[in-house]
Amino acid sequence: MAIHDIRGRRIGRVKDAALVPLVHSSRIDRYLVSGGDSWLTVRYDQIRSISLRDGIFLTDEHLTPYHDDEYMLRIARDLLDQQIIDVTGRKVVRVNDLTLEVRHDGARDTLTVVDVDVGIRSILRRVFQGVLPPTWIRWLQQPIAPNSIRWEFCNVIEPDPQRRLRLNISYQKLEQIHPADLADIVEELAPAEREAIFETIDSEVAAETLSEIDPKMQTQILEALEPEKAADIVEEMSPDEAADALSELEEQTSEEILHEMESEEKDDVQELLEFEEDTAGGLMNTEYVALDENSTVTDAMTALKENEELLEGLNTLFLVDAEERLTATVPLARLFVASGAERLKDLAAETLIQVTVEEHQNQVLELFDKYNLLTLPVVDDTGKLAGVITADDVISVLRQK
Amino acid sequence: MAKLLYRLRYHLFVFFAVIGPGFITANVDNDSGGIYTYSAAGARYGYLPLWTLLPITLVLIITQEMCSRMGAVTGKGLSDLIREEFGLRITFLMMALLVFVNLTNVMAEFAGVASSLELFHISRYISVPLAAVGVWFLVVKGDYKSTEKVFLVGCTLYLTYIISGFLVKPDWKEAAIYSVKPVVMLEPGYIYMLIGMVGTTIAPWMQFYLQSAVVEKGISVKEYAASRVEVIVGCIFTDVVAFFIIVACAGAIYSVKPTDIQDASQAALGLKPFGQYAFLLFSAGLLNASVFAACILPLSTAYSVCEGLGFESGVNRRIREAPVFYFLYTSLIVVGAAVTLIPQFPLVTMILLSQVLNGMLLPFVLIPMVLLINKRDLMGEWINPRWFNLVTWASVVIIIGVSMAYVGGLIRGVH
Repeated sequence: MAIHDIRGRRIGRVKDAALVPLVHSSRIDRYLVSGGDSWLTVRYDQIRSISLRDGIFLTDEHLTPYHDDEYMLRIARDLLDQQIIDVTGRKVVRVNDLTLEVRHDGARDTLTVVDVDVGIRSILRRVFQGVLPPTWIRWLQQPIAPNSIRWEFCNVIEPDPQRRLRLNISYQKLEQIHPADLADIVEELAPAEREAIFETIDSEVAAETLSEIDPKMQTQILEALEPEKAADIVEEMSPDEAADALSELEEQTSEEILHEMESEEKDDVQELLEFEEDTAGGLMNTEYVALDENSTVTDAMTALKENEELLEGLNTLFLVDAEERLTATVPLARLFVASGAERLKDLAAETLIQVTVEEHQNQVLELFDKYNLLTLPVVDDTGKLAGVITADDVISVLRQK
Repeated sequence: MAKLLYRLRYHLFVFFAVIGPGFITANVDNDSGGIYTYSAAGARYGYLPLWTLLPITLVLIITQEMCSRMGAVTGKGLSDLIREEFGLRITFLMMALLVFVNLTNVMAEFAGVASSLELFHISRYISVPLAAVGVWFLVVKGDYKSTEKVFLVGCTLYLTYIISGFLVKPDWKEAAIYSVKPVVMLEPGYIYMLIGMVGTTIAPWMQFYLQSAVVEKGISVKEYAASRVEVIVGCIFTDVVAFFIIVACAGAIYSVKPTDIQDASQAALGLKPFGQYAFLLFSAGLLNASVFAACILPLSTAYSVCEGLGFESGVNRRIREAPVFYFLYTSLIVVGAAVTLIPQFPLVTMILLSQVLNGMLLPFVLIPMVLLINKRDLMGEWINPRWFNLVTWASVVIIIGVSMAYVGGLIRGVH
């Protein structure tokens, strides 16, 4: 597009345009113009009018030479042909084209980024523009439905943390995506981009996402992150998953991460790390609720209130005697049809099915299948409750086979 | 001691974890195009073309090393990088070229299937459609990963050429001399053969396939050293096999009478020392190689194109989710197979032609590769050492030069 000065004289062509996201997220702030041998920068408020046919007319003569400014997100260099994350569609897409819109804000015309185009339509335009006559291109495009994403739902990926800050890129939008979907997105990115996302999103979301990722990639991500950040994420994972993830790392790295962790979570994880991977001990986690065998339903309710963070995945209560030995299990649903004074012992399941920590995982799978279990308590040699294996652990084992 | 054992185990583990991309690529490299081109070279020109193998091996190692390095460092496929650094139009052109040349290669693979089974009087109208449908389902619905191991085991059939190479009692003195003594003739047939040998060994699709495989395997910069060893071993293995195919055919066919190979029964003579089993071994080896490559080629092409142009890809997606990917994949197989069914279709001529096209188009893949790998903001400290660049540019110039010489020769021949 040609650019003209106050008197209507043509001074050059627009080579690129840039957003300055810190100032405005979608308005084109700078136009880079080739004038003679060097590039000039035109600020958006130096422009009077923009039209596709006639080009751009300026209101100001004082143009500054272009220098690479880290606050600029250049359309042609940084957006076109690069990958971005489509937050609503929950996938990684490549930018084929951008739709800009001319808006008149009273004093001047401005350009605003509206859509990012990702479909075949935009490929046709970019490949054949200037090669075929425009009517042919339109004819080719006609049968194809447009495929575009609103600019506000796009997330630019930038591995360099400094530049990320200057470009005001955050990944908070990604935190709204379901962790399993986010994991799919992350798996499609290059390693540096993956790390960028894990470095910046909330540790809890990061932990849930990391649990959904392929173990080999999990290892790479944890190894690439700073140990403190990695520790924050691992703390948020359930202890059994954390232990699995850490056991895959090189010894030195996992030591470093453990060192950075809070002591409570660290103890849980370290305990689990002691067990062989393919035994009941290696499968179990330590997130369970155990009560004294003489407790009542009311006691159980109190205990559940105190362990609110476990509620989402909980379906069984465990009863233990004075020596913490497992004596019975109570299906959680039974509590709802019992009165407050009833003793838990009387609500317990008829048979107590349990395994020891050394039991091989195949035996565990068999028990789950045979008795249609949702949870299986794991005890140590003395019969003390050590942990619990849940159906999702079993599914992971089966998936890996 | 325990620590030492641990380190050793770690290294072994890493080696086995990365064995795959380089080695698989190297084996697929000796596909039906490879077998026929080397056989044809040996049968027609004897030991003369052997000298090309050393430089070809060097260039093969360098290009493969560059691809796997780019994959490990950037974590992106070759077509991704071309798109991001050179823009849509160049990517589109490259992809169009890639689809075209790979389609001819897919044809060559199905021609390989047809010719291998015609040795046993199985009509191509049965074998080719069966192979095409089989390949499609194996890759899309089946368990390709475990089948790949079967193919790899099948690749040991190449060893028969090494044995045969000794049994035909070739003229070793001559073979040794011509391995290092360049023979340049301006005869179009000879130049055609040389371009084919370059094209079949260093095929354009391999660069895309290898880099994607390295990325998909998640090989990191740290594990890359083990991967490099694998790439080099794979390349050398490929060319050792090539050497023995040429020697075996030179000894068994050329020394009797220089021949232009027209069909499988002639090419199978390279395994003559196996007597009555020669046909069987040749046919089994060729069939395995053809089907193996027919699994990989259309898939790798569809992946590269979709990556580069930004379409969803992958066999783990449903057809509705990745329509372009499935369309491309399926059309490559269907068209590739259908062409070989044209009555009187000259199978072997087609196979050789596809390899020559590989060779002629190779520079257009090498140029973007060498430009990309020298970008510091992409590769950091992993950019090319200077002699790599030198070798690559030299081969680009030589291949273009030889191709032009051939085309020039053709034009002069017409007048």
